[in-house]
Amino acid sequence: MLIGHYNYWVVVALMMLGFFIIIAHGNLIKKIIGLTIFQTSVFIFYISIAKLDGGSAPILAEGVSDYSNPLPHVLILTAIVVGIATTALGLAITVRINEAYGSIEEEFIQKQDNQT
Amino acid sequence: MVSVAVAIVWMKDLIAVVMLLGIYGLLTASFFVAMDAVDVAFTEASVGAGISTLLLLVAIAKTKRAEHPVRHKPMLALLVVVVTGGLLIYGTFDMPIFGIAEAPAHTHVAQRYIEDSYAEVGIPNIVTSVLASYRGFDTFGEVVVIFTAGIGVLGLLTVSGGTGRRNQEITTKKMHEQHKVLRIVAKILIPFMLLFALYVQFHGDYGPGGGFQAGVIFAAGIILYAMLFGMNTARRVINQTLIQLIAALGVLLYGAVGMLSFVNGGTFLDYSVLLTDPIAGQHLGIILIELGVGLTVTAVITIIFFSFAGREEIQDYRNDTGA
Repeated sequence: MLIGHYNYWVVVALMMLGFFIIIAHGNLIKKIIGLTIFQTSVFIFYISIAKLDGGSAPILAEGVSDYSNPLPHVLILTAIVVGIATTALGLAITVRINEAYGSIEEEFIQKQDNQT
Repeated sequence: MVSVAVAIVWMKDLIAVVMLLGIYGLLTASFFVAMDAVDVAFTEASVGAGISTLLLLVAIAKTKRAEHPVRHKPMLALLVVVVTGGLLIYGTFDMPIFGIAEAPAHTHVAQRYIEDSYAEVGIPNIVTSVLASYRGFDTFGEVVVIFTAGIGVLGLLTVSGGTGRRNQEITTKKMHEQHKVLRIVAKILIPFMLLFALYVQFHGDYGPGGGFQAGVIFAAGIILYAMLFGMNTARRVINQTLIQLIAALGVLLYGAVGMLSFVNGGTFLDYSVLLTDPIAGQHLGIILIELGVGLTVTAVITIIFFSFAGREEIQDYRNDTGA
């Protein structure tokens, strides 16, 4: 019973690590990395839901009757590529912030905002 | 995998963090293979371990390498994280046992895809048939999201005016002299990379692969070329206007296939009406829209890389003249 849930615990652990990076670190690039880890934990969650004991990869073949669930695979496949596109957008904004403020640390940026 | 993630939390040197993230991406990809998700593993290996590492490195090169050591209220953050994690773990006790066939996820629509997709769509890779045919509309939306992100990066990072031209030529020259071995190896490798991308693109019906993966691999080939031969040479080979046009063309191709099925009397993205034989129609439709996806993904990732890297050179030039 307990061992049957360990994959969810790995997901929760990764998700919380990503979450911790996002809220505890001031560095914007580090925050984006945290977001990536958070994202990956969701991917792992979906893929482990799709897994079927004794199932094969969802490509139809002779003599195979059990396949893993293809639907989560499709969702995650596109989510990964969309994820990299949005990450790139976040990094682009970070680069612009660095040019405008000379820093990518949240504290310094806020300090400068408060001065003006 | 968890330990790599823990290391990422503690490291202050951002470049080391990015390297660890690359390892993390590769581990995730191997996990996906173990979970029978070959298509997803393919994507994660090329995106997580390849492109995202690269983009982060380029972004760090333009900002700052070291993280500021002071962190504010880590205890409070830790508390929030532990409480949330505890609640989530409590929630997992209601989840179905890992890998069990009776789980709700396996008993609904997935069964239909597995049993009927070959008769209806006629290609063995179920992931591709669901992606391109059953859920074609979702995929269309995702392609549009990627396209929009590309436009966003372009808008944020592009500056008008051709500054920094002289500076670029100097760096190009330097590159030519320095990395002779790398350049020759790359020259041999790049054609095979591009060829492999095309194979992945058109073989997606039968094996793992498809437009998304092929697009990323193709873009990786172009980026490798740009890194080793200098941005200036790469810009001459790959026309910027052309690549922006290709990004739009991919989305247009996808949409046009959808509209074409309207004209032929079906619903949006219903490929069965494209040809007289519905199976052949499905084949044609899937190949066309995968091509559209591949074009857009390649073009957008190349655009993102070029705008990041191009930005750096302009900055350097300004710093040089400003001093």
